[in-house]
Amino acid sequence: MFDTLQDRLAATFKNLRGKGRLSEADIDATAREIRIALLEADVALPVVREFIASVKERARGAEVSAALNPAQQVVKIVNEELVAILGGETRRLRFAKKPPTVILLAGLQGSGKTTLAGKLGHWLKAQGRAPLLVAADLQRPNAVTQLQVVGDRAGVDVFAPEPGNGVGDPVEVARSSITHANRTLHDVVVVDTAGRLGIDAELMQQASDIRDAVSPDEILFVVDAMIGQDAVITAQSFLDGVGFDGVVLSKLDGDARGGAALSVAKVTGRPVMFASNGEQMGDFDVFHPDRMASRILGMGDMLTLIEQAEKSFDADQAARAAAKLTEGKGASFTLDDFLQQMQSVRKMGSLSKIFGMLPGMGEMKEQIAGIDEREIDRIEAIIHSMTPAERADPKIIDGSRRQRIARGSGVTVSQVNGLVDRFFQARTMMNQMAAGGGMPGLPGMPGMPGAGKRAKARQQAKKGRAKRGSGNPAKRAEEQQAARQRPPAAVSPFGNPDGAPTPPAPDDFELPKELRDLL
Amino acid sequence: MTLLEYVLAGLVLVLVVAGAAAALVRGRTLPPPTRPAPPEVPTRAPTEAPVEPSVEAPESARGRLLRLRSRLARSQSSLGRGLLALLSRDTLDEDVWESVEDTLIGADVGVGPAQDVVARLRTRLRGEAGLTAADVHRVLREELVTMVDPTMDRTLRVDGAGDLPGVVLVVGVNGTGKTTTVGRVARVLVAEGRSVLLGAADTFRAAAADQLQTWGERVGVETVRGGEGSDPASVGFQAVRTGAERGVDTVLVDTAGRLQNKAGLMDELGKVKRVVEKQAPVTEVLLVIDATTGQNGLIQARVFAEVVDVTGIVLTKLDGTAKGGIVVAVQRELGVPVKLVGLGEGADDLAPFDAEDFVAALLDA
Ligand SMILES: Nc1nc2c(ncn2[C@@H]2O[C@H](COP(=O)(O)OP(=O)(O)OP(=O)(O)O)[C@@H](O)[C@H]2O)c(=O)[nH]1
Ligand SMILES: [Mg+2]
Repeated sequence: MFDTLQDRLAATFKNLRGKGRLSEADIDATAREIRIALLEADVALPVVREFIASVKERARGAEVSAALNPAQQVVKIVNEELVAILGGETRRLRFAKKPPTVILLAGLQGSGKTTLAGKLGHWLKAQGRAPLLVAADLQRPNAVTQLQVVGDRAGVDVFAPEPGNGVGDPVEVARSSITHANRTLHDVVVVDTAGRLGIDAELMQQASDIRDAVSPDEILFVVDAMIGQDAVITAQSFLDGVGFDGVVLSKLDGDARGGAALSVAKVTGRPVMFASNGEQMGDFDVFHPDRMASRILGMGDMLTLIEQAEKSFDADQAARAAAKLTEGKGASFTLDDFLQQMQSVRKMGSLSKIFGMLPGMGEMKEQIAGIDEREIDRIEAIIHSMTPAERADPKIIDGSRRQRIARGSGVTVSQVNGLVDRFFQARTMMNQMAAGGGMPGLPGMPGMPGAGKRAKARQQAKKGRAKRGSGNPAKRAEEQQAARQRPPAAVSPFGNPDGAPTPPAPDDFELPKELRDLL
Repeated sequence: MTLLEYVLAGLVLVLVVAGAAAALVRGRTLPPPTRPAPPEVPTRAPTEAPVEPSVEAPESARGRLLRLRSRLARSQSSLGRGLLALLSRDTLDEDVWESVEDTLIGADVGVGPAQDVVARLRTRLRGEAGLTAADVHRVLREELVTMVDPTMDRTLRVDGAGDLPGVVLVVGVNGTGKTTTVGRVARVLVAEGRSVLLGAADTFRAAAADQLQTWGERVGVETVRGGEGSDPASVGFQAVRTGAERGVDTVLVDTAGRLQNKAGLMDELGKVKRVVEKQAPVTEVLLVIDATTGQNGLIQARVFAEVVDVTGIVLTKLDGTAKGGIVVAVQRELGVPVKLVGLGEGADDLAPFDAEDFVAALLDA
């Protein structure tokens, strides 16, 4: 099974080289592949049909360019068409001239409205607004309590005059929330409503009654990124039943391709405005059509990554640190530099999220999704417990210093040891990589493990290996010494050219192939 | 080095320094790591129970699919009747077959399985002159029944061996209807005269345990719960232990919704099952899939099956317009049968799945 459209098309075009123009047969073959790729990404059938027609049209006229092979060229056309439908540019929330601004959330059961209400509140608050969440889902057991807890986590006030669980009138609650907001000086009201089916006439009527009671400035339709072909039917029935101005795509942190985004945008003409991508209050972002397009096509999210990196990193500082890492043997890259780099990386979001943006991370992504950020907190704590001199020159960290640092950061001495050792190792590795532009004979790394099934074995191997680092400090120091004295490995993309066995490292780490390819 | 390269280098450095393997554990970091609170075990003796407002008498599960048939028809009739109309045309040309395939794809059956069904229908209906409407109806019914596979064992394993309670673990991605399913299965079991205990092993989502408890209280069933953020495995364990001590027939354990691509959370789920099994074997693992789910449903099923060995599927929200066709691929690839279907938000809107009845509802509504 091909994973991405690019792979599919590459296979279709294997026999197509040096032709000046795509033939009609080529285009038909391409169209078939695109159709299947889009259907597997859950784009709705009617939308697929229309889409294919316009891609075919453009492909017919396209010259085969010098820069792109035919597969890439078609992918480019497909990508552009996708972005065009997904909205071209991102629309912002409209705020009322006379507060409060009212935002009404609507959607199917389980689509993620209540969590979204909390995230919206959190986000609005960060923008200097004073949001109020309104508990108008009086149907699902304990939805009211859930909103209260969510509001609490987000640090946002909640208006919940009725207990829910079938008690209370949601229309009345919504209506009175406006007066309440006026009195309590909240300038944005976010109304959480019960999940409902598009075909449930009675509940759709209730939704439009709520709408009429609060005259919202924005009605947002919340839809799960993993919804399939039903997306168009449901979106249309909500559009007819309550109407909506924008779409929020939820659970984007999953691995669904999210073709529904395309279906909904195309069928309703309403822009997707926000993406909800995690269970933490901060896992929320404005929607970026270009990223979604590459996701539907299975091409990762490099654009976002670059954009966020530019925001989080101080370019000058980064350039200076990068120079230190590349020059000499990288020895001038200090723990201070590392700390700063790590903090900037974390400013971009959780590690799992950043990794999720890398293209083709495949199986690695699954593992990365489970990264424990507390482990990273611990690293920061350990480094913070060092003196400036130690951070600037970690080599001076001897036994007694290690003990002090361990005490200061509440970890064991061996944890400090591990960190310092691995820092040296990582520094050397990065330095060699930067120097050679290829993969150096990374200590203890046998060949080039590919993706696929091996990810699992790798994980297990790692578990086993974690225990292996020498518990004996003397022996450990020896190993380290040896590592330090080792002449810089010959740089070759094929590993070790002269066949000399690379000595094992105290705690080796296999860099996933996907990452190596990127570097 | 470009900035991007520096960022990537930073990522790798962090991973290496974190010891990568050590970092690849436990997932959710909110709420702050509280020490696992000992689960609260309900100790209330029946005599001092406050006058419960009313404990409802749930409806028995038998015949529910028939009662709920009209709801099923809402979502599925366009599928069954659409196919019937297509196949009843005078000439079955390429366009018709393509429409048949499209109809199946539109039900989220997936491209591959849709093509298979079309191929079978083609072989059976080709060239047979003088096919009556009844013949077409019969052939289609047979093929659809084959598609949902009538041979699978769909009984719910709610009995434990010997004195041990049966243990049912309910799992799935976020918002599919797990808690509702636990509540409704509890009702069915109570209606059959069984004693039941609930375990609220969703210690993550806001108010999840309250939600479960509310369901339990309606039929007089108690809920074992831990504090928010406590260890779900220990709550599961405690629930099953309490169930065993009290000699209840079945313990139903609700778990937090989790996306299958979060390795840490999937590990956590595996641990819940392993820890529970120290007390009593898990007799049934139900994966709850929302009928609106598209092709991602197959990935969900694969990953959950790998981690907790799923024994049955619950297909919820079939009262909507979504067709839930993804379960065809799930059943076929993993051999895990759909055992229950959810057809509404009502307390008794859960029915045992039956292949023949299901297809009959599609075609005859
Ligand atoms: N229409 C309809 N709604 C359902 C059905 N089953 C569950 N729901 C609704 O779906 C929503 C989510 O159900 P929950 O039981 O809370 O889902 P969950 O899987 O426990 O959710 P998390 O624990 O948050 O992952 C609720 O509003 C339920 O009432 C069904 O068969 N039909
Ligand atoms: Mg739940």
